[in-house]
Amino acid sequence: MPETSLLEAIALARPPMLAPTSLTLHPGQVTGVIGANGAGKTTLLKALAGLTRGPGTVRLDGRPLVPHPQRLAWLPASRDAVWPMRAAALVQLGLGPAAAPDTAAVTAALAACDATALADRPVNQLSTGERARVLLARAIVARPAWLLLDEPIANLDPGHRLDVMALLAAEAARGAGVVLALHDLDLARRCDRLLLISGGELMADGPPAMVMTPSLLAEHFGVQSVHHTWQRIRNDLFTSDVRGSGSQDSVAGKHPQPD
Amino acid sequence: MKAGLALLCLALALASLVLGPVDLAALWARDPDLARSLFIELRLPRTGLALAIGAGLGASGAAAQAFFRNPLASPDVLGPSSGAALGAVLAGYFLGAGVIGMAIGGLAGAGLSLLLLLALAGTGAAATRLVLAGVAVSMLLGVAINLSLSLAPSPFALYDLMFWLMGGLNDRSMTQLALAAPLILAGLFLLLRTAPSLDALTLGEEVAQSLGVGVVSVQWQVVLGIALATGAGVAVAGSIGFIGLIVPHLVRPFVGHRPGAAIAPAALAGAVLLTAADIAVRLVPAGLDLRLGVLTALIGAPFFLWLIMGRR
Repeated sequence: MPETSLLEAIALARPPMLAPTSLTLHPGQVTGVIGANGAGKTTLLKALAGLTRGPGTVRLDGRPLVPHPQRLAWLPASRDAVWPMRAAALVQLGLGPAAAPDTAAVTAALAACDATALADRPVNQLSTGERARVLLARAIVARPAWLLLDEPIANLDPGHRLDVMALLAAEAARGAGVVLALHDLDLARRCDRLLLISGGELMADGPPAMVMTPSLLAEHFGVQSVHHTWQRIRNDLFTSDVRGSGSQDSVAGKHPQPD
Repeated sequence: MKAGLALLCLALALASLVLGPVDLAALWARDPDLARSLFIELRLPRTGLALAIGAGLGASGAAAQAFFRNPLASPDVLGPSSGAALGAVLAGYFLGAGVIGMAIGGLAGAGLSLLLLLALAGTGAAATRLVLAGVAVSMLLGVAINLSLSLAPSPFALYDLMFWLMGGLNDRSMTQLALAAPLILAGLFLLLRTAPSLDALTLGEEVAQSLGVGVVSVQWQVVLGIALATGAGVAVAGSIGFIGLIVPHLVRPFVGHRPGAAIAPAALAGAVLLTAADIAVRLVPAGLDLRLGVLTALIGAPFFLWLIMGRR
């Protein structure tokens, strides 16, 4: 078991992307970071991972954060792979530079991410979604105390999205702290805690039911609820359908008039 | 694979010591003193330089491609090769075209180009800024080489310098080997040290940093290592192209495409290739003066094309 400890951000700021933010993250929880594109989710996660310089401090267990594979793993949103390495060799790198080969850990991590069948394939020949799972296996292979993941479920099919959310819940259950940025508001409800970011500021912080209120969603996403989003999409489809049939009545944003 | 390459290195080194226009064994029977001085003054430094410079170029190429995460990177992109060439050309003018003077000028040029690179890119620079600064320095130095060539005091000086720039290992002495080899070895040492970190850099700078890799420290070890390993080589042998670009591609499949792990075998394969090329140059009929740098480019360019075609 990794040592589990509080991750604290004290007056963390990366102007102009992130206003001064102080928060304490708890191990054993899945914390979701939500917000529109450009809201500052990645900036917050990178600052929490200690990867950018700027005002404020990050403390792990009361001490300044020092990078180590078993302390904190960072998964960027990028899925790039330059070299045609085997997926298993790429996952091994997550154990740290010059770490002794640990086939058991690599196999377990690949299995946890439903990527066992990809182990011997060159990573640059995988689809983006497959590579996303291999890279997630790389992030969890060292069983780090903290997992900071930037959009780990982007590019994944619905089944694998659910699998990954279940995996992150299991990681939290073993005592790890999990922080992930995500856009899927439906899956965001499965987090233990949500941070809503807008314009580089922390707007709301609490359990999903408290953060995903119709007024906050309307204000920061232009939607009232997941149900409302569906209704909007259906209305838009209907509107474009009517437009396609030559109706002059429908104007963008307005519902078609009945005859 | 490393053991195989090391054996090949040894075999080629022996061949390089034995083969040449003069049959050393026959000469030994007639005049042992002459044979011994020929061996020590000519064959030994030539073979030693081929091994050292080839190893330096191979390792530098592998480290450059690993660090910049770009299979097209080569040691030339950072500038020290051009700096060494310019330094040697200027020394050829001002100190007379003595080979020792040109070697010292070349080393000074490589060092100054490195300082220029550091001044332009700044410490803690990102890889993209570093490569842009390196390309800018290389281009500037390339123009300066052309300018100094066009201002050559005499057509003979111009001919000598251009000939030197094409790269070669003939008529090199123990002094040049003693000047270049320790610097190349120091560069190799630095580059080999960075190998595990360069493997981690496959995952990107941020992930490497989160795994505990000191990215800035690795960056400067790579830059200094390449400057030493290639700059010292160019300073004594002129420009020898394509080894640094091609050798990493040859060895990477054998180490599971781990870019850092490729550095050590790339050093060995570089030594093998350059020693073999230098033997080939010697076997070309007298009268046709094929330069070593020209031969490596003649073999390297089509090979590189084949490599790119195979990737499509």
